[in-house]
Amino acid sequence: MEKKPKSKICKESVPMPKQKLEERIHNFNEVALGYTEEQAVAEAKRCLQCPEPKCAEGCPVDIDIQAFIKLIAERKFDEAIAKVKEKNSLPAICGRVCPQEEQCQNACVMGKVGDPVNIGRLERFVADYEMKKGAETPRKQAPTGKRVAVIGSGPAGLITAADLAKLGHEVVVFEALHKLGGVLTYGIPAFRMPKEIVQAEADYVRKLGVEIKLNALIGRLHTIPELLKNGFTAVFIGTGAGLPTFLGLPNESLGGIYSANEFLIRVNLMKSYAFPDYDTPIRVGEKVAVIGAGNVAMDSARCALRLGAKEVYIVYRRSRNEMPARAEEIENAEEEGIILKLLTNPTKFFGDEQGWVKQMECIKMRLGEPDQSGRRRPIPIESSEFIMNVDTVVIAIGRTPNPIIQRTTEGLQTTKRGTIIVDEETGQTSLEGVYAGGDIVTGEATVISAMGAGKRAARSIHDYLMNE
Amino acid sequence: MYRIVAMQTLAPQTKLIEIYAPEIVAKAHAGQFVILRVDEEGERIPLTLADWKPEANTITLIFQEVGVSTIKLGSLNVNEELCDVVGPLGNPTDVRNYGTVVIVGGGVGIAPCLPITKAFKKTGSRVISIIGARNEKLLILEREMRCICDEVHISTDDGSKGHKGFVSDVLNILIKKGYSIDIVYAIGPSVMMRAIAETTRPHKIKTVVSLNPIMVDGMGMCGACRVSVGGKVKFACVDGPEFDAHQVDFDQLIKRQRAFLAEERTALEHWEKCRGN
Ligand SMILES: Cc1cc2nc3c(=O)[nH]c(=O)nc-3n(C[C@H](O)[C@H](O)[C@H](O)COP(=O)(O)OP(=O)(O)OC[C@H]3O[C@@H](n4cnc5c(N)ncnc54)[C@H](O)[C@@H]3O)c2cc1C
Ligand SMILES: Cc1cc2nc3c(=O)[nH]c(=O)nc-3n(C[C@H](O)[C@H](O)[C@H](O)COP(=O)(O)OP(=O)(O)OC[C@H]3O[C@@H](n4cnc5c(N)ncnc54)[C@H](O)[C@@H]3O)c2cc1C
Ligand code: SF4
Ligand code: SF4
Ligand code: FES
Repeated sequence: MEKKPKSKICKESVPMPKQKLEERIHNFNEVALGYTEEQAVAEAKRCLQCPEPKCAEGCPVDIDIQAFIKLIAERKFDEAIAKVKEKNSLPAICGRVCPQEEQCQNACVMGKVGDPVNIGRLERFVADYEMKKGAETPRKQAPTGKRVAVIGSGPAGLITAADLAKLGHEVVVFEALHKLGGVLTYGIPAFRMPKEIVQAEADYVRKLGVEIKLNALIGRLHTIPELLKNGFTAVFIGTGAGLPTFLGLPNESLGGIYSANEFLIRVNLMKSYAFPDYDTPIRVGEKVAVIGAGNVAMDSARCALRLGAKEVYIVYRRSRNEMPARAEEIENAEEEGIILKLLTNPTKFFGDEQGWVKQMECIKMRLGEPDQSGRRRPIPIESSEFIMNVDTVVIAIGRTPNPIIQRTTEGLQTTKRGTIIVDEETGQTSLEGVYAGGDIVTGEATVISAMGAGKRAARSIHDYLMNE
Repeated sequence: MYRIVAMQTLAPQTKLIEIYAPEIVAKAHAGQFVILRVDEEGERIPLTLADWKPEANTITLIFQEVGVSTIKLGSLNVNEELCDVVGPLGNPTDVRNYGTVVIVGGGVGIAPCLPITKAFKKTGSRVISIIGARNEKLLILEREMRCICDEVHISTDDGSKGHKGFVSDVLNILIKKGYSIDIVYAIGPSVMMRAIAETTRPHKIKTVVSLNPIMVDGMGMCGACRVSVGGKVKFACVDGPEFDAHQVDFDQLIKRQRAFLAEERTALEHWEKCRGN
C-alpha cells in the first residue's frame, strides 16, 4: 500500500462544535453538537488507513473502523453507516458515550504523533446522518417460531433482542420502568444523551418486530421459571447494576442527600428539571457536593449546575489521575465551572432542624501504595478534618446489581457481590436456557461492554434454540 | 391499557378506584403495592392494594387526595386510562396462624389492612381490628371490617364515633383488659404507627408496620425510600414495606416524608393555576 507523504499528516483532530458555554449551563440540550459533513470528512482524512490497523483491537464489538472511516473520507455516508451497523446496531449511542480514549482511540497510531483519529465522533456522525434521513427497516430471517424473553431494556437487553429478532426469533422485552433504555434513559442526562436518540434506537428494535412490555418487573409479575413454563424457550437477563451504594456515614439519611441514582432518575426519567410542568420535584440548593469521580458523578454535578446550583464540587478521595470518568466529560465539567476537590473524603454530615443537610465534614487524603485494582490507595491524613457548607449532597460511589431476579430465581448462581455467574463465552447462567449479560454480570461497566455481552449471548441463545 | 373501571368517593378527600390490570391481579398478595402514573407529566405514585377481583380482572386502590398527584388521580373518570401501573411491588405479608392478630388501621391506612385482615382470617387466626379516623365522616371500610373480623373497635379523634381518642389508646385498653395478643399489624400515618409501636413495646408484643416513605422507582434503584430499621439501612420498596415496628426509626422516617413540602405546595398551586381555578 502506498504511503502518504508525511507532510499531509494532520496532528490535530477537528474540534467538536459545542453549545456555547454561557447557554449550555442553563439548559439540558446536547452539549456536543456533532460534526458537519465537511468536518467529518476532514477528520476521516486524518486516518492513515494503516495496513494493520491497531484501532480494530480496541473496539469490543469489532467494528471495521478503518473501512467505515475510508467511506466517510470518500463521502459515501450510506455505505459507511451500513459498515458500522454490521457490528453495532446502536452507533448513535456508542459514538456518544464510549470511553473511546481507553478503547479504539487509545490504540490508534495517530495518537503517537498527535491526536488519535476521533473514531467515536465519526461513528456518531454517520449514525446521526442516517437518523436524519430515516433508517431503513432492517432485514429479518424467516420466523423460527421460537420465543425468547429479554429482561431489561438497557443496552445489553436491546442488542440481544435486536440480534435475536434479526435471526427470526420472536422476542418479548420486559422492562420494569415506564420507559425503555435502562441507564441511557434514566441515568445519562439529555445534554449528553438526547432522549430522542435513545427512542430512535429503541424504535429500530421495535421495527424488528420485538414486542415491548413496559411496567413489567420480573421476579414479581412473572418469575423466570414461569416464563420458561409459559412459552419462552430461552431467557436473557440484562437487568443492570442499579442498586445504589451509600457511604455508611453518620446522618446520611438527611434530606438533601441523594444517591446519584435518585438524583438522576428524578431529573432524567421523571423530568424534574421541568418541574412544576412535570410533577416530580427535586430540590437543589446553592452549594452541591457530589461524592465520586466517575461518569455518574460528572453527570450529577453537571445536572446540579443546570438546576441552578451556584457552586458544585466533585469530592474525590484520590487524585485527578485516578478519576474514572471519560476524559471528555471531565473536561466539559471543568469548563462549566465544576470545582474538583481531590484527595478529600467525607466523614460526617450535619443537618438543620428540618432534617436537611447543611454541612459535611471531610478529611484530607494522600496516596499510598497501589492496591489490588492497581490504583494508589487513598490514606486519610490525621487531624486534617474540615467542614464544607453544603445544602445538597449526591453520592455517586458506585452501584451494585439489581437484586430482585436473584432473590426470586431458585438455582441461579451469583457471586458474593450479587452479580450473576455466567460462562464467559456463551453467557449462559447456571440454569439451562437462561443467559445473562451486561452490568448484572460484570458490575458497573460500560455501554459497549454491555452490548458486546448481549451480542455474544444472542449468538449462543440462537445456537441453543436451533439445537433444542 | 390501564382502564379505570370504577371511581367512588368513600369519604371527604378519600376515593376508591378500580383499575383493569389482569396481570397484576394474577400475582397480587396482601401487603403489596403498585406504582401508577396518571399521565406523561405525572409522578410515580405508590398505593397499596386494597383489594383485587380475579373475576373482573381489576385491582382496587383507596387513596387520599393530599397533593397534586392524588388530586389529579381523583379527577379522572370511569373509562379513562392511566398512563402506567406497575406491580405488584414489595414483599407480601407473612400470613400464618398466629393465634390472635390485632389489626390497627388509621385513616386511609384502613384500606391496606383489608386484604391483610382477610388473609389472616383465612388462616384461622382470631382477628381483632381497631380502626380509627379524625372523625366519623372520615372513617372508611367499617362495614367490610365488621364482615371479616371477630371484633371491631373504633376510635375517632373528636369522639364523633366510638372511643374518643387514638387507635393506640384503644389498643392500650385491650392490653390492659388482658387480651392475649400474639401479633399486631398497624398501618396508617407514621405518627400513629410510632404510637402503636410504643404501646406494644413494654409488653413485648410482636408488632409489624407497613412503611410509606417517599418512593420514586419502587424497585430498589433510587434509595429514596431508605429507612433505618434496627440501625441498618433498608429500602422499603424491596426489603419491605413491612418491618418490625420496634426496630424502625420513626423520627427519621417522618423527617424524610416531609422533605419536599415546599415543592409539593408549588406543584399544587401550579396545577390549580393551569386548570384555571
Ligand atoms: C449516570 C451514568 C452515566 C454513565 N455514563 C457512561 C458513559 O459515558 N459511557 C459508558 O460506556 N457507560 C456509562 N455508564 C455505564 C453504562 O450506562 C452501563 O454500563 C450500561 O448501561 C449497562 O447496560 P445494561 O443493559 O447491562 O443495564 P442497564 O442500562 O442498567 O439496564 C437495565 C434495565 O433493566 C431494567 N430492570 C432491572 N431489573 C428488572 C426486572 N426485575 N424486571 C424488568 N426489568 C428490570 C432496569 O429498569 C433497566 O432499564 C453510565 C452509567 C450511569 C448510571
Ligand atoms: C408503599 C406505599 C403505599 C402507599 N399506599 C397508600 C394508599 O393505599 N393510600 C393512600 O392514600 N396513600 C398511600 N401512600 C401514600 C401516597 O403514595 C402519597 O400520598 C402520594 O404519593 C402523595 O402524592 P401527592 O402528589 O398527591 O401529594 P404531595 O403533595 O406530593 O405529598 C403529600 C405527602 O405524601 C407523601 N408523598 C409525596 N410523594 C410521595 C411519593 N412519591 N411516594 C410516597 N409518598 C409520597 C409525602 O409524605 C408528602 O408530604 C402509600 C405510600 C407508599 C410508599
Ligand atoms: S463502538 Fe465504541 S469502541 Fe467501538 S469503534 Fe465505536 S466508539 Fe470505538
Ligand atoms: S489506527 Fe488510527 S489511523 Fe490507523 S486505521 Fe485505525 S483509525 Fe486510522
Ligand atoms: S423507591 Fe427507589 S429504592 Fe425504593
